[in-house]
Formats: sequence, structure tokens, C-alpha cells
Amino acid sequence: MRLKLVPQETSFDFFKHWRIWLGISALMVVVAFTSFLIQGLNYGIDFRGGTTIRTESTMPVEVAEYRTVLSELGLGDVIISEVFDPTFDEDQHVAMVRIQAQDDAESVTPETIAAVEEALKIAAPDIQFLSVESVGPKVSGELIQTAIIAVSLAIGAVLIYIWLRFEWQFALGAVAALVHDVILTIGIFSELQIKFDLAIIAALLTIVGYSLNDTVVVFDRVRENLRKYKKKPLAEVLNISINETLSRTIMTSVTTLLALISLFVLGGDVIRGFVFAMIWGVIVGTYSSVFVASTILLYLGVKRDWSKPDNTTGNQFANIDA
Amino acid sequence: MLQIDPWKRVLIWLTCAAGVWLALPNAFYTQVERHNDAAAAIEMSGATPELEQQLSGWPEWMPSALVNLGLDLRGGAHLLAEVQVADVYASRMQAMWPEIRDALRPERATVGTIRLQPSDPQEIRVKISQPEGMQRALEVVRELARPIQTLTGVGGTDIDVRGEGDTLIVTLSEAEKLASDDRTVRQSLEIIRRRIDEVGTREPTIQRQGTDRILIQVPGIGSATELKEIIGTTAQLTFNPVVSRGSDPEANPGVGNKIVPALDEQGVYYTLEAAPVVTGEELVDAQPAYDQNGRPAVNFRFNTSGARKFGDYTAENIGSPFAIVLDDEVISAPVIQSHIPGGSGIITGNFTVEESTNLAVLLRAGALPAGLEFLEERTIGPELGQDSIDAGKVATVIAFAGVLVFMALSYGLFGLFANVALILNIALIFGLLSLIGATLTLPGIAGIVLTVGMAVDANVLVFERIREELKTSRGPARAIELGYEKALSAILDANITTFITAVILFAMGSGPVRGFAITLGLGILTSVFTAIFVTRLMIVMWFERRRPKTIEV
Repeated sequence: MRLKLVPQETSFDFFKHWRIWLGISALMVVVAFTSFLIQGLNYGIDFRGGTTIRTESTMPVEVAEYRTVLSELGLGDVIISEVFDPTFDEDQHVAMVRIQAQDDAESVTPETIAAVEEALKIAAPDIQFLSVESVGPKVSGELIQTAIIAVSLAIGAVLIYIWLRFEWQFALGAVAALVHDVILTIGIFSELQIKFDLAIIAALLTIVGYSLNDTVVVFDRVRENLRKYKKKPLAEVLNISINETLSRTIMTSVTTLLALISLFVLGGDVIRGFVFAMIWGVIVGTYSSVFVASTILLYLGVKRDWSKPDNTTGNQFANIDA
Repeated sequence: MLQIDPWKRVLIWLTCAAGVWLALPNAFYTQVERHNDAAAAIEMSGATPELEQQLSGWPEWMPSALVNLGLDLRGGAHLLAEVQVADVYASRMQAMWPEIRDALRPERATVGTIRLQPSDPQEIRVKISQPEGMQRALEVVRELARPIQTLTGVGGTDIDVRGEGDTLIVTLSEAEKLASDDRTVRQSLEIIRRRIDEVGTREPTIQRQGTDRILIQVPGIGSATELKEIIGTTAQLTFNPVVSRGSDPEANPGVGNKIVPALDEQGVYYTLEAAPVVTGEELVDAQPAYDQNGRPAVNFRFNTSGARKFGDYTAENIGSPFAIVLDDEVISAPVIQSHIPGGSGIITGNFTVEESTNLAVLLRAGALPAGLEFLEERTIGPELGQDSIDAGKVATVIAFAGVLVFMALSYGLFGLFANVALILNIALIFGLLSLIGATLTLPGIAGIVLTVGMAVDANVLVFERIREELKTSRGPARAIELGYEKALSAILDANITTFITAVILFAMGSGPVRGFAITLGLGILTSVFTAIFVTRLMIVMWFERRRPKTIEV
């Protein structure tokens, strides 16, 4: 007996309510964008500059007390948060202390760290600093810039690749799905105020890659079926293609999620934000390849005459033998 | 039908075997690491029984390259420093003044008296009392300019000289500033490297980034503050008279003398007069050069007071050796050939071109040539790194097991083939990472876990396609063949697009992000290889042996 997540043959109609789906997606994008504009992202020090200190103590973290002892140092904005994680021991109490960038220095001075350590020892005598990370405003500005360039470059490169391999309508559909995924991911980070740092940019780019992976598999089948069913309406061809690849789409999403969820639960709190972004991206990316990319393809229409073999759009990889 | 040439089969299996072979040391990480450390220590300072024993902990004929663990996994400190290159301009200009003065003095008849005007430290302003002599003054000062070598080879000079009314203004030329910036950063890099090497930590990364930044990563060090202290210590350069040369480090040097080991020659110790003739603080410049016989040498130049002391000493001690001492090690002990009056001299010895270049760098490297501003610093404690490794290990194993079970349940025998390919895939990733000496970071582990999830994708695409083809095709062999054929374009397109993003991440990212890009990119390559070649080969071999009439995927 085989485990089958999706029946062998399905014939869901994915485009019966395509206006509604597109509407929902548009609405979600607007919500995400508004949240981003109103709340903004909870930037980590990579993008904002400043210092974070990860502390560990056997005594429970008293955030208020930490704050009191630190406020006497006059460091400006200090944020203290306790970190919880199932992988921690019983008497392992971890906190993150974030200090804003100081006016007189790019990165934190040894004196400041020593002062903070001194002060925190009043609140918890056995406190230890597991990590101290400090980024000056100069670098953090550049990191934002690089991140934006990286994401834009990735989307641009992908647009060109799909355009070359398929048709411009496909490229537009795929990129719309990508932008949709990226905005929704940024939106959820803003909505839940999860720390947004350099690693999240890596996650964003992976989402770009994954979402594309999904979209391209569907589009590949669409291209094949467009040749096969020359007379069928586009909506029907799209539907057949999505149904035919549905089993694979679900299988791959489930295996990837299986791996990611294990990392989310067991991988420790340091990379949890990163893994969360990826999980969210896999879900949104799977959704968008059907309900955004394909729907936009339907909306734009597509060249129907694929009878002439075309070197730039053809299946030139297919004759490789192993 | 299902045909794969024998030589291709051999090649595929050989590739897999090579991957496993190269990945193997990582399974015995601590053992191999100890072996490598011992090997390095023996090369540095000879063997001891203890080191020999550690060395034998891992067989010599096995590969010993390991995946480097990033700072976030091993713990250590990371610093990004910006070299304040403009600091150097002012001291360069100060050193120019005596030269300009000496050059203009004989021309007093035409230019009149000369006077140094207060100015921006990055330029020299000289007022001459007879403005009509400006033309001559410019000529004279321009002769002081030295040609500089640029990449383009166009002959430029190191200073710009212009006249404004009765004032002569000398500044460094733009080309010289660029060259000077480059020298400053390279010197700083060299000094930092020396400082850190002295502490002797394992695998420090000291890299230049962009035009004026230096990235320093030192695993295993307690904190970034500690690292800053190490870098901040200045090198002590002195020129001492040599009393004698010997091989006994314990000999009695005599009052006012000290014993100093030679840098390059093992077992050679010099007895020196403890009071230096001149110190490195008075050195203005040192450049690699050639002596009159065309052998590599090093040119150096002192400032005014250093020049006087050096001149007097060399005049009185022609024929005796003279030691150049850096941080209590004798770099070289040349014999004084002649009186050296002008404050500049040449060090000759048995140098190769490379050695003379290094010596020049080291001589200039007495102290950091310019200030450092730290733009970024990170300290990661070893416990946090160990926690991350442990958590990452558990997560990877669980993820792996989950995927294996899931594949077996979904595709039966074919799922098992895919699972073998997946295990080989992971081995190939680690083999490649070890081979290129890549660094594994925490996001890198996430990249591997993601690869585990996605590596299955290519196989899923094929298997789903075979299922479809089974419904329409004649016979299982044809279905398998068509399945691979038709799934190929989807596999390649999907993976190429992901690969594009991995490349962009690698090019734009730094540190941990780059580590992620490397594992993701390699993971894509190996997973496409295993899906298209390895799984297929296994299916074909199984099919040839069994010749089943029907298959279930």
C-alpha cells in the first residue's frame, strides 16, 4: 500500500473563482504592505546598527530589574527580552539585551561592554555573555543597500531566465508570484515583529528560489500541454497542467516542510526566525504558483501556436541521456 | 531501451565513491582535527612523542581535509576594521619639508628666503620672498618628485607642486594617494596577520575587503575586545650594534647586552648591545629594491634625527655588523659597507625578491601605519556554538529520517532508491565542502536541511512522471525512460532558477549568508546529479536484473 497525499487523478477547477483568489492575494499584499508602512520591521542590528548581547544565567531573567540596572548607564534605547526555547536546560535562562548605536563610536567600546557586564551582575551575579555582536551605523546602512540590491537582482535574473526559456507572459506571472511571496513574507515579519536581520534576507532569496521552482514546474507542464491540446481553451489547459503536477507539488512541499519544521522545533532559537521565514515562504510559494502565477498567465493569455520548434523556448534539455 | 554505457556507470559510481571518501574525515571530526593540528605543529617546531601520537590518530593515506566550522558554530571573534588611510598623508608631508628646504637653499639668489607657512597637515606651503623666482622654485621642487609605478604604467610622480603668488604648495598627487592607501592597507594587513599569528590560534581569517577595510575572524578567541588588544600592540623595531653571534641562548651576554634569536636561522642567537642606535619610530619609509649587483635588497629612509644618529654610527663602524631587530628577533644583521649620511640606506642579504618585499613590509610595519576604526564586531562564545551544533545535528537527523520514511512510504522500492541517492547526496555535499575548504555556518546547516527537502523534488518529479507514463505507455521500461526524459526540462529549469539565486546570494552576501549560499548551491548541483544519474542508474540496474513485467511506483 502506498501513502498517497493526493489521489492519482484530480480534476479540481482552480480557475472557477479566479477573480476571488486574485482578489484575496491582492488584499493580502495590501495588508502586508500597510503593516510594513505603519509598524515597520523590527530590524536587527545588522540593519539598524547597535549592539546585542546574549546573556545566560542560572537565575530567572527579571526583565524589569535588568532594565533598572542598565538605565543608570545612560546608553539610550535599551531593549531586553527573554529567550525561551525547548532545547534549554531547566536552569538555563537566556536573555537578549539590545543597545542602540552609541554616538561616539562605530562599534561598541570595550568599556561599554564591561560596564554592562558590571551592571548586570547586580541583577544576576553569575551572568555570562554568550555572544556580543555590534554593528556600526556605517556598515548597517550598506548592508540594507546590499540586501535590497540582492533581492532585486535575483528577481531580475529570474525574470530574464524564464523569459528566455518560456514567453514573457510566463516570466511576468512568475515574477508577480515572487513579488507576492516576498511582500507577504516581509508583511508577516512586520505583523509579528520578528527580528529582521541579514539571515532573513538569505531566507527571502531562498523563498524566491523555491517559489520559482514550483512555478517553473507548473509552467513546464503548461508549455507541454499547450502543444498537446491545441484547441482547448487556456483555462482548461492550465487546469489540466496544475492537476497533473498537483501530486508532485504537494509531495515536494511536504518533504521540504518536514525538514524545515524539524529544524524549527529542534534547531534552537538562534535560527528560528530564519527557519520560520522559510516555512512561511514554502507555504506561500506553493499557493502563489497556482493562484497567482497561473492566474496571471490566464489573464495575460499566451501564444497558442507551439508547433514550430523554437530554439530559445524549446525543450532543448530533453535529449540528454544518462 | 534502458541503456547506460558501462563507462558512464563506472564514472557515476566513482564520483559517488570519491564523494564518500572525501566526506569521511568529517565523521571523525575531533580525531582528524587533532591529527591536522599535530601535523602543523610538527612542521613548525619539530616532532615530540605526544604530537607523534596525535598524528597517528588518523591514517596518513586517508584524506584529512575537513569542513571548516564558522564562527557561529565554533565560537570566536569577528572584527571589521576600517583603516584610516588619510592619517598617512600628513606624516608623509612632514617628512618632505627638510628635503624641500635643502633643495631650495642653494637657489637663494633667485627665490630669496623661504618660510614654511602654517597649513592643513596634508600639504606644505612655502613662502618665498622673491615671487619672480617662483618658476625656478617650482622646477627645483618638482625635481624632488619621485616617479611612481602604477598599474597603467603611465609615468606619474608622487607629489603635485604648484605656485600661488609668492607661495609654493606641495601636496601628494592623486595617484600617489591611491598608491599610498593601498600600501597602508597592505601594511596594516601584514601587521595584523603577524600579531595574530604570534598568538597562534587556529585558522584565522584576515582578509582585505574593498579598498580600505580589513575583515578579521579568529576562532576560539575569548572576545572581540581581546582581539582588539592583540591587534593594537605596536611592533618594536630597533637597530642595534652586534657584539657577537653564537648558538647558545643561555650564554651570559655581559652588562648592557642582550641575547636575541635570529628570525630565519634556527638555533642562531645574536648578542646585541641593548641600547638601540635608532628605533623604528624614526623610519619614514622602506621599499623593496635591488643592490648594485642586481640582487634583491631593501631601501629605507629615516627622518632627520634618525638620519643623523644613523649617519654618525655608520661612519664610525664601517665593517662591523649591525642588527635589525623586530620584536626581539633579529631580522637580519648586515655588515656596514660605508658611511651612510643621508638617512637612507640599503639592506642586502641572501634575499629572494619575495623576502625583500616582505622585509620592506615588516620594516614599515613597525607600528600600524594608520588608525583603525572598528565598524563591526561580533563575539560568539564557544558554548553557544556547541549548542547550535548539537541542535543542528539533532534537527538534521530528524529531518533526514522523516524524509526517508516519507519517501519509502510514498514510492516503495523506488523511494528506497531515492533514499540511497539522498544519503549519497549528503556525502557529496560534505565531500565538496571539504574539498574546497568551505566554511560551514549555522545558516549553512539550514541550507543542507533545505537541500534534503528539495533534493527529493527531482526524484518526485521523475517518479510522478513515470506513474503517469505507466498509464499510457507500452511496458514499464518505456515508462521509466519517458518519465526521465519528460521530467528533465522541469528539473533543470527549476534547479537553474534556484541556482541563480544561490549565486547572487554568494556574490552579494558576506559571512553566514555566504555560507548558506555555498551549501545551497552545492546542494543543487549534487541533488541534480544524484537524481538524474544515480537514482536512474540504480533503477536501470534493478530493472536489468529483474525484468519485471509490471512495476509499481
